Amino acid sequence: MFSFEDLKAASGIEFQPIDINGDAGALFDRAQIADAARLLKEKFGFVQFMDVVGHDRNERKMRFEVTYNLRNPTSFERIFIKVRCDERDSHVPSLAPIWSGANWAEREAFDMLGIVFDGHPDLRRMYLPDEFAYYPLRKDFPLMGIPGSIPLPSTEGADAQFDIKGQNV
Amino acid sequence: MRENEEVRNARFIAENAQAIHDAPNQKIVKALMSRDTTVTLSEDALDNEMVLNMGPQHPATHGVLRVLLRLDGETVISAECELGYLHRGYEKLAENMTYHEFIPHTDRLDYISPLANNVAYCQAVEKLMHIELPPRAQYIRVICAELARISSHLMAIGALAMDVGALTIFVWALREREKLYDIFDIITGVRFTVSYMRIGGMAQDITDEAIKMTRDFLAGLPEAIGEIGKLLHKNRIFLDRCEGIGIMPASEALDLGWGGPNLRGSGVASDLRRDNPYLVYPELDFNVITRTECDVLARYFVRFDEVKESAKIVRQCLDKLPKGPIFSDDAKKVMPRKGEVYTKMEDLINDFMLVNFGQDTPKGESYSAIESSKGELGFYFVSDGTGSPWRTKIRSPSFVALQGLPRLLEGAMISDIVAIIGSIDPIMGEADK
Amino acid sequence: MDLSDAVQSEGFVTSKLDDIVNWARKNALWPMPLGISCCAIEMMAFAGPRYDVSRFGSEVFRFSPRQSDLLIVAGTVTYKMAKVVRKIYDQMPDPKWVIAMGACTSSGGMYRTYAVVQGINQFLPVDVYIAGCPPRPDSVLKALMMIQDEVAHDKPFKRGTIIDMTDDKPLIQIATPNIITPAHV
Repeated sequence: MFSFEDLKAASGIEFQPIDINGDAGALFDRAQIADAARLLKEKFGFVQFMDVVGHDRNERKMRFEVTYNLRNPTSFERIFIKVRCDERDSHVPSLAPIWSGANWAEREAFDMLGIVFDGHPDLRRMYLPDEFAYYPLRKDFPLMGIPGSIPLPSTEGADAQFDIKGQNV
Repeated sequence: MRENEEVRNARFIAENAQAIHDAPNQKIVKALMSRDTTVTLSEDALDNEMVLNMGPQHPATHGVLRVLLRLDGETVISAECELGYLHRGYEKLAENMTYHEFIPHTDRLDYISPLANNVAYCQAVEKLMHIELPPRAQYIRVICAELARISSHLMAIGALAMDVGALTIFVWALREREKLYDIFDIITGVRFTVSYMRIGGMAQDITDEAIKMTRDFLAGLPEAIGEIGKLLHKNRIFLDRCEGIGIMPASEALDLGWGGPNLRGSGVASDLRRDNPYLVYPELDFNVITRTECDVLARYFVRFDEVKESAKIVRQCLDKLPKGPIFSDDAKKVMPRKGEVYTKMEDLINDFMLVNFGQDTPKGESYSAIESSKGELGFYFVSDGTGSPWRTKIRSPSFVALQGLPRLLEGAMISDIVAIIGSIDPIMGEADK
Repeated sequence: MDLSDAVQSEGFVTSKLDDIVNWARKNALWPMPLGISCCAIEMMAFAGPRYDVSRFGSEVFRFSPRQSDLLIVAGTVTYKMAKVVRKIYDQMPDPKWVIAMGACTSSGGMYRTYAVVQGINQFLPVDVYIAGCPPRPDSVLKALMMIQDEVAHDKPFKRGTIIDMTDDKPLIQIATPNIITPAHV
């Protein structure tokens, strides 16, 4: 039965416990999360990487929070490790060098929220086009989007025989 | 007239030239060219490599997936996937509606096994709100989830066979799925995209006619699957096209977060139904099918055998199905029945509050996952106490499976690409959310 | 009198010719299935063994736009995908028809979000809209029959045919239902 106290005993890394409805969770400091994650993978057996979740807490200090979901395939336990960052300094160390599964999921968090993962091998947008200028999952982005943020295709190709604006001619 | 045409053509060419130098493709092509590769070029390699775009619209990419390939002749040196052509903004949408209103949206995630998505979502919400289901409801959920798994695996088998050339198998798989659609029609009213599960239960009870139809379907399933097996399993062409390609070793699969038949085809006997059990799976008897060869054929055989296992599970559930209510008791969290809403005042008020404002959920976070036909399908909620979630994250197995695709395609031939994509079985509705 | 005069005038021969050409065209509409999401599954069922579409002449589902004349847009079209859909439409040769299958293509469907185009008629001319989420394959068959009716009443030789053999310009034949006057030729 794993507990984060074992991690603290092995390395001295401080954490703040958070209960994820029955599963163990811990909030780490930005500077120490990479070391904690490496220990969790190599020493405590959490080799199966599940997910990265970024969310906007909508608070002045420490606006963004990134949660990593890890699983131990031999003891079937699930843990969550978290790290927070400010809006003006939204940099968080990337765990992609530790688990290769974190690569795309961190890109998705970057795409949706604008959290920059330092040390990520290839940080670009995952879902939206590269030239999209906003971060949709932030609480200040409207659901319907900003008109014109992704342009519609031109209807004036070589084969176009009609004028869309108005009616078919 | 001729002048008009020339002017039009010139303008079209000018616009196209603009598009070629446009920003969008530069980043992904740069990522493709700078990707590390383990493929060694042959001695008489061509002087220049070719970047081929297997675009979003392609018959073999199982949906709108774009794969950029860097080719040396017929061998793939490296590959990059581009997702997002079906990104519909699910997570943003979930923040703007109540938990109940999101149920129809979950159907469209993994759109070839919609019932399983419903089960996953409702289970995650019930875990968040601490709602207990009565036993009959749990058995019906298991039946629905397993029928959805059969439907999904039949499609995967059919699609893989079609991609390597055996079109007959696809039509046979569709024929069996039509029978499943009839069953779903009787149980839920819809062929697929059912939205059958509710928070705390399901929309309506299953009838005896539905149970009889399910039993008839299960009785005919071994013969139908047997026919497919007879055509494929000793077929030289199918075996040669699928054997020994797309090898994913177990440690890398775990590192990526793979699950489901993809992981079990690599030798890791991991199945959430047995390891982190949910619903009534502890009381049922089933095997976890595992193969050790790690290639396309292994994953195909895992899916093929899992159809039979799921049929076994459904038969056991139908035998053990208890009588009783299908809805949980909690009046403030669970939608009351329509008959009572029309006649009783308290239920009317509860219905009004639940539809307009949602439930009073406990504050905090919660995660719950099921073993869907593609892997671990999980929902992570951050709740702020109101009736709509603060943040919903859908942990989709197809997204994770596709992350391994560039690694699997290195060194493969062009014609192996379709077989490998078919063996991973991605569904873009889920991968793109 | 030369050929262009004969085909421009209205008469028994040309109307019979119209009928024959239309009959041939409507019973051999080759669809280009643009299967994007859930509606694609119903489109596969529509081509499948129970709701067989090949008995309507649409036997071959050509996955190449250059070889098809009916574009069935099945699935949610996002802004990112819209460019691709438009490109495919532009690549199809005339005459061509478009079916917008399902609620997502007709009006954005249940996705009123930043990423989904609220109806493909913002960048494509649509002939038939099918309601449903997803529509039953029966509805898609009905839409196909409606397009067949539209083709049956088309006038392929009346408007827009230019057969100009006197210089090296290629044969231009514009015969879609969208053109109303020959002035666009």
